[in-house]
Amino acid sequence: MLPPALVLAAVATGIVPGAAMLASARWPHRSPAAAIVLWQALGLGWGLAAVGALAGFGAVGGSFGVAFGAVAGAARALREADLRKSAPTLLTIGRLAFLGAGALLLTLLCWVLVAAAARVFLARHRHRTLLSLLAHGDPKVPGALVVDHPAATAYCLPGLRSRIVISAGTIDLLGEAELAAVLAHERAHLRARHDLVLLPFSALRRAFPRSAIARRAQHSVALLVEMLADDRVLRHRPARELAMALLRFGASGLDATPSGALAGAPETDGEMAVRVSRLLTPVPRLPRPALALIAVAAAAIVAVPATLLLLPL
Amino acid sequence: MDVLWDSDGPLTVRQVGAMLTDRDLAHTTVMTVLDRLSKKGLARRERDGRAWLYRPTASREAYVTELMLHALAQTGDRSAALASFARRVSEAEAKVLRRALESLGEITRN
Repeated sequence: MLPPALVLAAVATGIVPGAAMLASARWPHRSPAAAIVLWQALGLGWGLAAVGALAGFGAVGGSFGVAFGAVAGAARALREADLRKSAPTLLTIGRLAFLGAGALLLTLLCWVLVAAAARVFLARHRHRTLLSLLAHGDPKVPGALVVDHPAATAYCLPGLRSRIVISAGTIDLLGEAELAAVLAHERAHLRARHDLVLLPFSALRRAFPRSAIARRAQHSVALLVEMLADDRVLRHRPARELAMALLRFGASGLDATPSGALAGAPETDGEMAVRVSRLLTPVPRLPRPALALIAVAAAAIVAVPATLLLLPL
Repeated sequence: MDVLWDSDGPLTVRQVGAMLTDRDLAHTTVMTVLDRLSKKGLARRERDGRAWLYRPTASREAYVTELMLHALAQTGDRSAALASFARRVSEAEAKVLRRALESLGEITRN
């Protein structure tokens, strides 16, 4: 039997190329919801395995699980260091180093999540305050707020007091049916709280700004969430309206956007075209067996590190 | 806030109240609202004798720009604070989309 710490380290390492494969795969566009579940499993599984591996290397072996073993390991190391009053052994130092690194990683992961949530909350609050002063309703877009600006934007501000915002430029740009499709898309975001899906991935990206895989994960999930909202619109409205709205948005390009913020090329090149072609020439959803396989894989990715962490082996 | 934006100079509470003629507001109500605006940093106030003078911190246009920038600033890490319908696209992609739009429009017309 391999030591659990080694298995956890292997899982954490293996998840990285797995995530890269998922990021470049084509099938997620066919079943975005399944792909999002898999992304969440990969993220959670990686966090558990990485923290668990570090803790496992510092843990006391034997009949404890990794989590309790780590606590026992820390306690023993501290006791030894304290009681003997002599120089701690190399083993003790190594053990403490691993435990410290594990604790640091766990703290970092929790902290970035809390910080991201706080930042988002404050940004939304500020945005809502300004909206309450600047935006007004319009009969053309029932349930949405209008900001008088010529650039085309449409977005939603998720939260308990959610808002859908449309710029005057958008109202000029789109026809009635297209506007309705845009509103339906935003309502789908709000109803399904897609912002909460995206939050951990944004937080992870901020925690590891140099990591290509954290960036790709966040991109993939953001696009998948858009596709989910697109699909939701299709239940009640023809795909053409939404596709036309997307095309008009894209074609309006950078005209009339406020200068200053939009330096550099967007990282999201090609996304719009992917969404449009997905709407106009729909691909069949993944078959049931494939979806079942994804569900099993997702469950395993989380369950294996969780089991190793908690169960004594 | 609209009254402050539309005014040329700073206003006292009484002047703001006088301009809100369509709504019959008590002096204290106007005072409370202006006080809250200044606490939120949206209006600035200065003493003028016994009265406070209020002026907007930034112009209406500046705030609209702030909103739009927030909505459009999807470079780097996309702010999770809000979800845009469509991200901004590069000029190259805009061209491709424009072409697609034209061909799609022709299909509809025929």
